[in-house]
Amino acid sequence: MNSRYEVVIGLEVHVQLTTKTKIFCGCSTGFGQSPNSQTCPVCLGLPGALPVLNRQVVDDAIKAGLATNCQIAPDSIFARKNYFYPDLPKGYQISQFELPICEHGWLDIETEGSGKKRLGITRIHMEEDAGKLLHNEDNSSSVDLNRACTPLLEVVSEPDMRSSEEAIAYLKQLHQIVVYLGICDGNLEEGSFRCDANVSIRPWGQKELGTRSELKNLNSFRYIKQAIEYEVERQIDVIDAGEKVVQETRLFDPDAGVSRSMRGKEEAHDYRYFPDPDLLPLQVSADWVEQVRSSLPELSAAKLQRYQDEMGLPVYDAGVISADRQLAEYFEALVEQYNQPKICSNWVMGEVLGALKEKNLTIDQCPVSPELLAGILQRIDDNTISGKIAKTVFEEIWQNGKTADQVIEEKGLKQVTDTGEIEAIVAAVIAANPGQVAEYRAGKEKLMGFFVGQVMQASKGKANPGMANALLKKKLTEM
Amino acid sequence: MKFHDLTIQEIRQKLRSGVLTSVELTQACLARIKATDDRLNAFITVCEEEALAAAAVADQQLAAGDTGLLTGIPVAVKDIFNTLDIRTTCGSKILANYVSPYDATVVAKLRQQGAVIVGKLNMDEFAMGSSSENSAAGVVRNPWDTERVPGGSSGGSAAAVAAGQVVATLGTDTGGSVRQPASHCGVVGLKPTYGRVSRYGVVAYASSLDQVGPVAGNVEDCALMLGVVAGYDPADSTSVDCPVPDYLENLKDGVAGKKIGLPKEYFIAGLDPDIKRAVEAAIETYRQLGAEIVEVSLPHTDYSVACYYLIAMAEASSNLARYDGVRFGLRKDIGKGLTGMYQQTRTAGFGDEVKRRIMLGTYALSSGYYDAYYLKAQKVRTLIRHDFLAVFEQVDLLLTPVAPTPAFKIGEMVNDPLQMYLSDIFTVPINLAGTCGLSLPCGLSAGGLPIGLQLIGKPFAEADILQAAYAFEQATDWNARVPKL
Repeated sequence: MNSRYEVVIGLEVHVQLTTKTKIFCGCSTGFGQSPNSQTCPVCLGLPGALPVLNRQVVDDAIKAGLATNCQIAPDSIFARKNYFYPDLPKGYQISQFELPICEHGWLDIETEGSGKKRLGITRIHMEEDAGKLLHNEDNSSSVDLNRACTPLLEVVSEPDMRSSEEAIAYLKQLHQIVVYLGICDGNLEEGSFRCDANVSIRPWGQKELGTRSELKNLNSFRYIKQAIEYEVERQIDVIDAGEKVVQETRLFDPDAGVSRSMRGKEEAHDYRYFPDPDLLPLQVSADWVEQVRSSLPELSAAKLQRYQDEMGLPVYDAGVISADRQLAEYFEALVEQYNQPKICSNWVMGEVLGALKEKNLTIDQCPVSPELLAGILQRIDDNTISGKIAKTVFEEIWQNGKTADQVIEEKGLKQVTDTGEIEAIVAAVIAANPGQVAEYRAGKEKLMGFFVGQVMQASKGKANPGMANALLKKKLTEM
Repeated sequence: MKFHDLTIQEIRQKLRSGVLTSVELTQACLARIKATDDRLNAFITVCEEEALAAAAVADQQLAAGDTGLLTGIPVAVKDIFNTLDIRTTCGSKILANYVSPYDATVVAKLRQQGAVIVGKLNMDEFAMGSSSENSAAGVVRNPWDTERVPGGSSGGSAAAVAAGQVVATLGTDTGGSVRQPASHCGVVGLKPTYGRVSRYGVVAYASSLDQVGPVAGNVEDCALMLGVVAGYDPADSTSVDCPVPDYLENLKDGVAGKKIGLPKEYFIAGLDPDIKRAVEAAIETYRQLGAEIVEVSLPHTDYSVACYYLIAMAEASSNLARYDGVRFGLRKDIGKGLTGMYQQTRTAGFGDEVKRRIMLGTYALSSGYYDAYYLKAQKVRTLIRHDFLAVFEQVDLLLTPVAPTPAFKIGEMVNDPLQMYLSDIFTVPINLAGTCGLSLPCGLSAGGLPIGLQLIGKPFAEADILQAAYAFEQATDWNARVPKL
C-alpha cells in the first residue's frame, strides 16, 4: 500500500461461453478447426444475412447474473457497436449498451490485506466475439472468422478494488463462478476468460477518481497482478514528475513486464451505439429467471459454508474442496457413501490429490471412484484393514480398478484379529528380544513402540495394532 | 404473345390446360425484354438460359399435374434480393460481380411455387433514391415517357411490369420504394406491414423500415404474389408469427359499409392539380361503391420526412459498413495500408447518394448528436405510429395520394436532393408506422402520365386494402391503360 496514493481498480472481464453454437447463427463454436470452416452468411456478415439470438446464451447470462447477485432485466436491448476492423465482418459488433441483461450485482472477497469486502458489479451483457487476424510472412494478413459471432459475456465491475491483491481475489472468484456454472471453460491462455483493467490513483481522501488508463492483453492472473502494479508505479512516477496521467489504452508486454501506450483518448473510437433494428428487444419473464435459478448448481461459497456448518469440516479443508466444482462433487459422492466428512476430506486432500498431482491428472480422470474409495474406508471402519494397509489398497485400486474387498482378498491383506495368533507373535517377539524386554521392565516404557513395530513387521502389517499393543503390555507386565 | 390483359390465374389456366407452355411464355418475355429494355434499362441482369431451363422444368411439372401457385410464370426480382448463382449487385459498383451463396427467403418461396426467374431488376443503388437514377447500371426510364423517371428505388420492378416484360416482380419499400414507382408507372404495388414478409437475404438499407413488396399488373396478381412471399421466417427475428390469410378468398367482397378516412394533412395546398383531381374522383368512386368517407387527422405528418431520413440514414450508415473490401465485392488497394484500402474501396464503390446518406447517418449517430437526432427521430416515430393506430380506431382504411407529382423528368431533381426527399412525403409515414399501404392506378395526368392512389391499412390488414383496391379496379378502367412503347 502506498502511503500517498490510493489505488482504484475496475475490471472488465470477457467470458467466452461454452455453448455448442454461435450467439446469432447455427455455426459450431468448436475450437481449432481449419480457418473459416465454421462460418455461414450470418457470421460472415454477407449482404442480407440476419442474426437470430441463441436462447442458450440468454440462459447462461441469467445464470451468471444470478450467481453474482445481479438484477435480471425484464427488457434488455441489443445494440450495434460500430467500428471498422478486418476481423469484424459486419463493421459493427452486436453487443448490449444502454439496457444490459444484468445489473447491480456484487461479489464478496476476502484478502489478507483488507479482509472481507463486497465489490460491486455494474453490469453483465451479452455480445458476439470478433474473428482472428493471422499475420503472414509477406506482410499481408489473413482473416479467420471461425471465432466471429461466438458468444461472450462482458462482466463490468465497479471501480471498487484498491489493490492488485483485491483485483486478483475478485477475478479468481468470478473465474470460479463461471467455471462452476459450467458456462465457461475458464482457460485464460486460450482467451476464454479475458480481463481488461482500468487503473487510476488519487491522493488519499480525494473523492474524484484520477485519470485512468485501460490495460489490455492480460492473459494470466500473474500478468494481471504485474500489469496493475507496474501501472500504479508508472502513474506515481508521472505525478511525482509533475506531469498528468493521460487517459489511454495500454498494452501489457508480459516478456518485458511493462505496458505500452496503444491509443490515447483522441484516437478513441466513437462507436455510435444504437439499438440493433434486426433484433427485437429481449424480454425475460420472471418464470424464465426462476427456471434458470432452479437449475443453478450450488456455488462454491455456499459449499464452503455448508461443509463447515453441516459437515464440521475445518475452514481449510472446506476451502480446498469447494474451490473446484468437480473435486467438490467427488467429495460429496464420497460422503454419500461414507458419512464421515472429516475422514473423507483427509483422504481426498491427501491420497487422492497427492496421487493426481503425481500423475498430473485432474479429478475427473481419477481412476479411484468415490464408490471404490468408500469401499476402502468402510474396511478400515470394520477393522478389516488398518489405515496403513488401506493406503496399499488405494494404490492397488488406482492400478487395476478392482474393489477394496477384491484387493484385500487377493493380496491377503485382511487384518489379524485372532487373539491366539497375535499372542503367538507377541510371545515370539518377547523371546527374540530379551535385552529390550529387560530395559522395558526397568522402566524404559518408550520401547513399547519398538515391540509394536516388531509385531507388525512379523505379521506383515496385518496384526491389529490396538490388539498387539494391549497383548504386549499384558505379557510384559506379567513377566 | 401478349399477356398484359391476363391475370396470373388466367395464365395458369392456360399453362395447365396445355394451351400455352412456360417455355413459350418465357420466350415471349425474353423477346419483350430484348425489344424494349434498351429503351428502359429495367434489368441489370437477364438470365435467359437459366430462365428457359427453369421454364422447361416447369412444363414437365405442369404436365405432371403440379399445382404451384406460380409454376411456369415468368417473374423478376429487384437486384436487392440475394439469388443463388445469379449476381446480386444492388445497383452498386461495390457489388458489381457479387454472387451470393444463398437465396433470400422470398426468392426461395418464389422458386418453391414454381416461378421462373428471368432476371434481376434495376434500382437506385442500395435502394437509396426516389427516381432510379442512382444506379451503377444506369438510369431506368419510364415506359410511359422515356424522358421521365419510373420512380424509385424499385424503378425497374415497376417499369418491367408496366412494359409487359414480365408478369410480376418483387421490390422493396423502405420509404415508398414500391408504391411510388408503381404509381409513376401505372401498376399495382404493395408495401406489406413490417414483419409480414421475411427480410432474410434482402440487402439491408434501413432495417427497421425495409419491407419486401410485390408489383403486378392488377390487384389480384398483387394479392397472389403477396400470398406467396408472406409469412413468418425463423431466420428473420423481426418477421411476425401471425397467420397468412388467403388474400384471394375475400378479394371481391367490395367496400360497401367500409369507413375510409382522408387524412387532411395529405390534402395540402400545392398538391399537383392533376393528382388532386384524380384522387378526388377516386374518393367519389368509393362513395358510389358504398363506402363511408370521413376526414381524419394524422397530426405529426409534417415531421415524417425528417424523421424518416434520420432513421433510415443512421441505420444505413451501419448496414453499409460491411462493404469494406475485406471479404467480398470490390476491393481497391494500392498499398496504403488498411485504412487506405477501406477509403479507396468505399470511395470507388459507392455512388454519391449512398455516400451522402452514410455521412449524414454517421453524423446523426455520433457522440453528442445522437440524442438530438437519432433518439429524437425515434420518439417522433412513436408519435407517428400512434397517429395511425388512433385513426384506425375510427376508420377501416385511409386513402391518400401516393406522390405529390406525376413522374418527373430524368435529371430534373438530381441536384436538389432535399426536393427529391420531399417527394416521399405521402409514403414514408406508412413505413415509420410499420403498417401496410398499396398504390394502384387512378388516373392520368394532362400529359398522359399515370397517377396512383394510396390505400393504407391497419397493421396486418393487407386483405382489407387489397379488397378495396380490387373494388376500385373493377369499377374503373384505369388499370387497363398501358403505355405505348
